[in-house]
Amino acid sequence: MPLADYQRSGDVQGSYAIETHDLTKHYDTFEAVRGLSIKVPRGSITGFLGQNGAGKSTTIKMLLGMMKPTRGSGRVLDVDILDAGKSIDARRRLAYVSEDKRLYDYMTVRQIIDFTKSFYPTWKTDIEQQLLDEFRLPLDRPTKKLSKGMRTQTALLLALARGAELLILDEPTEGLDPVVTEKILELVVGAAADGTTVFFSSHQIAEVEQIADRILLIDRGQLVLDTSPELIAENFRRIRGIYDLPLPEGALALDGVERVAVDGRMVSVIASRNIDGIAHRMAHLSSGPSVEVLPLSLKEIVLESLKRD
Amino acid sequence: MTLLLKPNPSSGVPIYLQLKEQIRHACETGALRPGDSLPGMRILAQSLVINPNTVARVYRELEQEGLLELRHGIGAFVTSGRTVTRWTAARTGQMQAAQKAANEFVEELRRRGFGTDEIRRLVEAELAALPGTKRHSSSAG
Repeated sequence: MPLADYQRSGDVQGSYAIETHDLTKHYDTFEAVRGLSIKVPRGSITGFLGQNGAGKSTTIKMLLGMMKPTRGSGRVLDVDILDAGKSIDARRRLAYVSEDKRLYDYMTVRQIIDFTKSFYPTWKTDIEQQLLDEFRLPLDRPTKKLSKGMRTQTALLLALARGAELLILDEPTEGLDPVVTEKILELVVGAAADGTTVFFSSHQIAEVEQIADRILLIDRGQLVLDTSPELIAENFRRIRGIYDLPLPEGALALDGVERVAVDGRMVSVIASRNIDGIAHRMAHLSSGPSVEVLPLSLKEIVLESLKRD
Repeated sequence: MTLLLKPNPSSGVPIYLQLKEQIRHACETGALRPGDSLPGMRILAQSLVINPNTVARVYRELEQEGLLELRHGIGAFVTSGRTVTRWTAARTGQMQAAQKAANEFVEELRRRGFGTDEIRRLVEAELAALPGTKRHSSSAG
């Protein structure tokens, strides 16, 4: 297997597969998406995290031109999402697997593969065959009678055999068992290794942490975290110290302090940088023998970011 | 694949560092020897279910450190350079002894009822407290 295949070739066009600016969607009085500005680098696996109802699906529908934004703009594969004519071109080059993995119910697996294939002259028969072997999909079964895992696998097969430049997956592993989930993630990783950009929404923090190299977290329609698992592991720390007396006002107003929580004598700080500086300061003020510096998982950071004050 | 295990994304150690350490460790213990090949990046990314860019970064960095050699179109190989020869001799024995000591230490703490997360925190706190470590906890005063 040639290694050079995995070194991303320089981008001919823009370096972002998805780019939005101030993307906003109001439904009557409800603001589903509020001023979302995101960038998804080409060749990345970007995890789009958020609770149910945070605005993930609404964002994806606007990216796909299935819904008109109230305000703001966006480009997908360098095509303006507001340009209805051109966005058809973008949609041919991307593949979207919706949350409900809807397929044409009356078709069998074989029929839907043949049907989809007929629209794409660049259809990759080898990938089709490889995934059919791997998934052991029942070719003669109508898609409406497939299990949820099989529907997802069929939808992904259609997306990957098309050779799409961008995969947009809305909750691809929702409701799947761990074995099928791992298989789907493997497939996503393989697609990325072949140069496909993957943008997938999820509320499974662990799977995002495992495969994504970019993480976007939205809460109530707004971006609250834009980072990478590496940045989190290298930079974010929890620092804890014991204090007999309450800390003076502003004692922890230091660069890098994201949050301070006090629980009795224990003061716990979440810091995104300047760990040494903060630890030194906390150690000087401490009544205990030392302060502890602990790693933080994405899960802890997400939960902290979603805390309602 | 049992030579390299799936990294733990929640350990606080970046996945790329975990993978790098695993490959280094495999070389130090003699599980990987000069001339041995490693899986292609795509295959490794898929079997560990981690981001392909992460594997690419690890291979690149290990090549810069002289532990791996990337041969275009063939794959990644453990180098037969001096570094590795030194490891495979005396260092390998020391490493195996150290591994045994680490194993006994962990087993002892487990016998005393500590869980894996607690043990990990204890070890990390000790490592962090070493002088000259980048992320250290400081004593008062």
